[in-house]
Amino acid sequence: MDRRNFLIKTIGIGAAATLGNTNESVATPINVLSEDRMGVLVDTTVCVGCRNCEWACRNSHNIPTPPLEDYKNRSVFKEFRRPKEYSYTVVNEFSNPQNPLLPIDVKFQCMHCDKPACVSACIVGSIDKLPNGSVVWNSEKCIGCRYCMVACPFQIPAFEYLTPIEPSIRKCDFCIERTKEGKLPACVEICPVEALIYGKRSEIIKIARDKIKRNPQRYIKHIYGEYEVSGTSWIYISSREFDKIGFPKLSNKHAPGVSEAIQHGIFAYFVPPVLFYSMLGTLMWINKRKKELDVEEESNES
Amino acid sequence: MNHNINPVPLSGLYKVRPFFTPGVIILTLIALNGLVFVALRFIFGIGYVTNLSNEYPWGIWIGIDVATGVALAAGGFTTAALGHIMHREEYHSIVRPALLTAMLGYTFVALGVVIDIGRWYYVWHPLIYWNPNSALFEVGICVMIYLTVLYIEFLPIVTERFMGRVNFPKFLKFLNKPVEWLLEKLDKGLSKTMFIFIIAGVVLSTLHQSSLGTLMIIAGEKMHPLWQTPVLPLLFFLSAVSVGFPMVIFESVIASKSFGLKPEEKILKKLGNMVAPILLIYLAFKIGDMFIRETFHYLFELNIHSIMFLIEVIVGVIVPLFMFLSRKAIKSLTITFWASVLVIFGIVINRFNNFIVAYHPPYSFKPYIPSIGEISVTIGFVALLILLYRAFVMFFPIISVQPKNNAQIITANNYEVLNEK
Repeated sequence: MDRRNFLIKTIGIGAAATLGNTNESVATPINVLSEDRMGVLVDTTVCVGCRNCEWACRNSHNIPTPPLEDYKNRSVFKEFRRPKEYSYTVVNEFSNPQNPLLPIDVKFQCMHCDKPACVSACIVGSIDKLPNGSVVWNSEKCIGCRYCMVACPFQIPAFEYLTPIEPSIRKCDFCIERTKEGKLPACVEICPVEALIYGKRSEIIKIARDKIKRNPQRYIKHIYGEYEVSGTSWIYISSREFDKIGFPKLSNKHAPGVSEAIQHGIFAYFVPPVLFYSMLGTLMWINKRKKELDVEEESNES
Repeated sequence: MNHNINPVPLSGLYKVRPFFTPGVIILTLIALNGLVFVALRFIFGIGYVTNLSNEYPWGIWIGIDVATGVALAAGGFTTAALGHIMHREEYHSIVRPALLTAMLGYTFVALGVVIDIGRWYYVWHPLIYWNPNSALFEVGICVMIYLTVLYIEFLPIVTERFMGRVNFPKFLKFLNKPVEWLLEKLDKGLSKTMFIFIIAGVVLSTLHQSSLGTLMIIAGEKMHPLWQTPVLPLLFFLSAVSVGFPMVIFESVIASKSFGLKPEEKILKKLGNMVAPILLIYLAFKIGDMFIRETFHYLFELNIHSIMFLIEVIVGVIVPLFMFLSRKAIKSLTITFWASVLVIFGIVINRFNNFIVAYHPPYSFKPYIPSIGEISVTIGFVALLILLYRAFVMFFPIISVQPKNNAQIITANNYEVLNEK
């Protein structure tokens, strides 16, 4: 199967995953990992740093943007940039020790974790992991506490600090509005060199492994996001160690694990708090009685 | 009856002194300065006043106003547990001041949350939108309920103040009888059901004091290993318990000084006597945790983390522990007082370390340093809290005075005479 066909086929699967699962939400409820969740494989050895994805992202999310031509300016690569409120994705450039003429360009955005820390942390549950893999923030419930930002291991959610009323948490939403309609995410669609491959996560991992196997000189043996924080929907392959091209070094355990275990331990069906309450009540009653008994005894003696 | 317990409104003592002493005027100015920045935050947004960023989403408003505020208000539940649940009547005289601190403290914690969250008008959302996986959800719900419980626990002081003294002016006079009746019913109902709220207060405090520690666990690798540990909830709970009595001692001594009363030396020293064992347990867990996670080597890297950690543990735990253990603490209240000050300092530094110093985002362009606005608000809130505390103890029967020890002090009966004139 060539790549073009694969892409076309996977759009169909992606749309089915989104639509099908929203229809039967009982079978695959929100925040339960679906087998059919989608993902993107980013091949950093293919990316040329044209930054068209940055433009397409802004454009499709109705964020004001300079014209596409302006994105040809490569001087932005002088500084390391991060996704923020009004740019959900950015491309950074890193030097390539093997071939200085071919720098490594790395697109970065929300990784759409399989076990997202932000979803676990959110005080009101306003971030969801959808069946198609997207981690999406909803406006209605959000109180703007920014705990998702504290929790995110990739430091992705951004906040509108200068908006006094109704500030939002802003981050890549995996183009949920587009994928619902069966379209590709904007960045994947515009990428002129096919550095981004959209497909079922299980499929793109196979492709990534295959690529590495067939071209062992070109790639290091590490698929970033396959196991990091127990898996992300966006996965990366590269010619250079990932901590050298702007990725945080993370363990394979998912971020919410420990804190959720503690939370559920303390609150196991409310048994510990209720037990504690009754224990204190008993203690209080005994102590009060003891005092009364003492008083009684004293008055009897005298 | 124990003669120690004789709480009276202190305003009767102030026939000779005005409410606005120089200290009060300075505090008022500091509070007003803070309120100006609060207003700016609401008009122009959080970013206008603070140095918070996408890298550092939480600053001193969460680290100090909220997290430290909750810890320092722990005196409320520790004294409630001692006075009411263990039923140690000799401590009843400190229950009310501690309750007032807790009530005001938690009120300001809630205010701190309101100014820090982006959509402050949705602060009640956790009541209807639940996420039981979230440690913050648990803290939020517990603090909301506990604040209500504190207000209920405070109600008997209000009814006591007004019962038999309801006296509306002229045209509202017809309200006198119904209000009096209402107060009486309220007082009766409360005294019968108060035990429910007292126990609830202790349970809720235990829960959220520890969950406050769970908060930063999800930050994972972002937190420096000296502080990031799965036993954080336990450490937070133990440290909160350990700061409860020192806070009561600190306030009691300061309030006595400020109002020209004699501090209740014996009770305060007895309270101090209980601090050392708790501190020791806290220290044992803190050091034990370091051994298990083998984080000792971080102490030998001379940087802000190791220095702050050492200050927190040595100045804030070990030194006061020895002070409380020393025999001098039996003789002198001064030692007990200064040891308490150090424990409080240690907890403030600990919470500051956990929420600010330890937090290291993977991508940081410049370090977080609190802005003038943030500091102004934090200090302003503290000033406002002290002013309110002063107003409350002058107006409500909270602080107990010992009539025979000090000739100047006007007893409860005298006070009523003064008030009626």
